[in-house]
Amino acid sequence: MNPLVLLGVVGRVFLTFLRHVGRLTVFTVTALGHCVRPPFFPRLIGRQMIEIGYFSLPVVGLTAIFTGMVLALQSHTGFARFSAEGAIATVVALSMTRELGPVLAGLMVAGRIGAAMAAEIGTMRVTEQIDALTTLSTNPYKYLVVPRLIAGLTMLPILVLVADIIGIFGGYLVGTTKLGFTPIGYVSRTWEFLEPMDVISGLVKAAAFGFVIALMGCYHGNHSRGGAQGVGKATTNAVVSASILILVLNYLLTELFFAQ
Amino acid sequence: MTPKIALAGLKKAFGPKTVLDGLDLEVAPGESLVIIGGSGTGKSVALKCILGLLRPDSGSIRIDDQETVRLSGRARERLMTRVGMLFQGAALFDSLTIWENVAFGLMQGHGMRRAQARQTAIDTLAQVGLDADVADLAPAELSGGMQKRVGLARAIAAKPEIIFFDEPTTGLDPIMADVINDLILKCVRTLGATALSITHDMASARKIADRIAMLHQGRVIWEGPADTVHHSGNPYVEQFVNGRAEGPIRMSVRA
Ligand SMILES: Nc1ncnc2c1ncn2[C@@H]1O[C@H](COP(=O)(O)OP(=O)(O)OP(=O)(O)O)[C@@H](O)[C@H]1O
Ligand SMILES: [Mg+2]
Repeated sequence: MNPLVLLGVVGRVFLTFLRHVGRLTVFTVTALGHCVRPPFFPRLIGRQMIEIGYFSLPVVGLTAIFTGMVLALQSHTGFARFSAEGAIATVVALSMTRELGPVLAGLMVAGRIGAAMAAEIGTMRVTEQIDALTTLSTNPYKYLVVPRLIAGLTMLPILVLVADIIGIFGGYLVGTTKLGFTPIGYVSRTWEFLEPMDVISGLVKAAAFGFVIALMGCYHGNHSRGGAQGVGKATTNAVVSASILILVLNYLLTELFFAQ
Repeated sequence: MTPKIALAGLKKAFGPKTVLDGLDLEVAPGESLVIIGGSGTGKSVALKCILGLLRPDSGSIRIDDQETVRLSGRARERLMTRVGMLFQGAALFDSLTIWENVAFGLMQGHGMRRAQARQTAIDTLAQVGLDADVADLAPAELSGGMQKRVGLARAIAAKPEIIFFDEPTTGLDPIMADVINDLILKCVRTLGATALSITHDMASARKIADRIAMLHQGRVIWEGPADTVHHSGNPYVEQFVNGRAEGPIRMSVRA
């Protein structure tokens, strides 16, 4: 094949990528600008908070409890080999608060909420409802995007706090019923080595993930084109991009907190 | 007298496809202008350019002698409080009830209280022939023609100075279509609004229009008083108003 053709293909892909990054940056900056300027829509923010925070509780809770339980079992398998079973409670607490709580809750919420946001806003885009908002003197960023961003940013930390507690409780269940811990022993082992920074770093991650989930849902929804198929594609893109960004951000934030 | 709306040299293309190709059009204050023209000639695109939903590639759009192409943010929102728009596909907000749809502009753009806005919405719904019992339904629970009328009620609820109707009578039965024609006339005659409508329904065009303009290939190829449309002497207009397949307008279909 002619090498110039290949070069052309690479260039085109790169340009498309740059265009998307540029569009996303403009979208984010515009949305953030509207976050700090009135008017605000408290009723809509409240509704999104309930949608994200309250209705995600079952999914996040179930994920957390089974993760906590399996963590206890697996670390027992490992630590029994060098007689360090006593560390299980600490391992469960640290893994849940620092890593698994935020990441798993983030991924579950990305599937649940990111998809719903992209589908709703995408449908509004292709049926001209977003145009109609503009003709009724309402800024679509303020009405649709800002409430979702604020709700994502604030509700994910709360969800993750709940997930931390439920996950540790899952470890406690397995620890006391299967692995021979006494209830007092397990709880005191958990408390002893858990530091505020473990929990805080997890909550900071959660806030970042919540923002990214809402941002991806709104961005892909807002840029969807062409009917049901376009909305379907936007939904998929929102979930996939949010999930990948969560994993990438998770590493970057971990590295940032690692020094502490 | 300065025109309420003045378009000059408006151009808009989507990729390689030119839709508007130097559109010139003026609407006087309190006038009702109807745009006719074949499907896909860019009538809806022209309306969206005026509303600022699409950005024209070049040309000027003046409303009350003020250039609006570059308007954004607050200035655009303020302009929109004086404008009402009925979308071709109604574009009702499906997360809100019917009355909230109709009252949306009153509550958001004009800051009216909920209770009062609801009453105004129900009154406006009555004008388009819908009972108060539909007020608390969701848009999906209405028929297409009823949704269109809710869209119409939403467009006129705030008594705007300028109203755009994209095919107001499409999908309505002939009697309801005439009720809507009367309503549009009332908006123009008694409220003094300026109306710019798109329609394929020649009976409706004759009734509501002061003036008719025909769009073809992105330009106005004919305009004149409504009663002259039937003896315009323009072969394109003749073909269109008589609905003949044979004539200078070629539809790209294969037999
Ligand atoms: N967002 C868009 N992207 C690409 N092309 C578009 C877009 N909107 C409209 N077009 C194209 O512009 C042309 C004019 O569309 P428009 O909706 O204005 O037609 P119309 O005159 O209103 O027709 P109808 O009477 O059927 O409603 C069409 O050929 C359409 O394919
Ligand atoms: Mg149209």
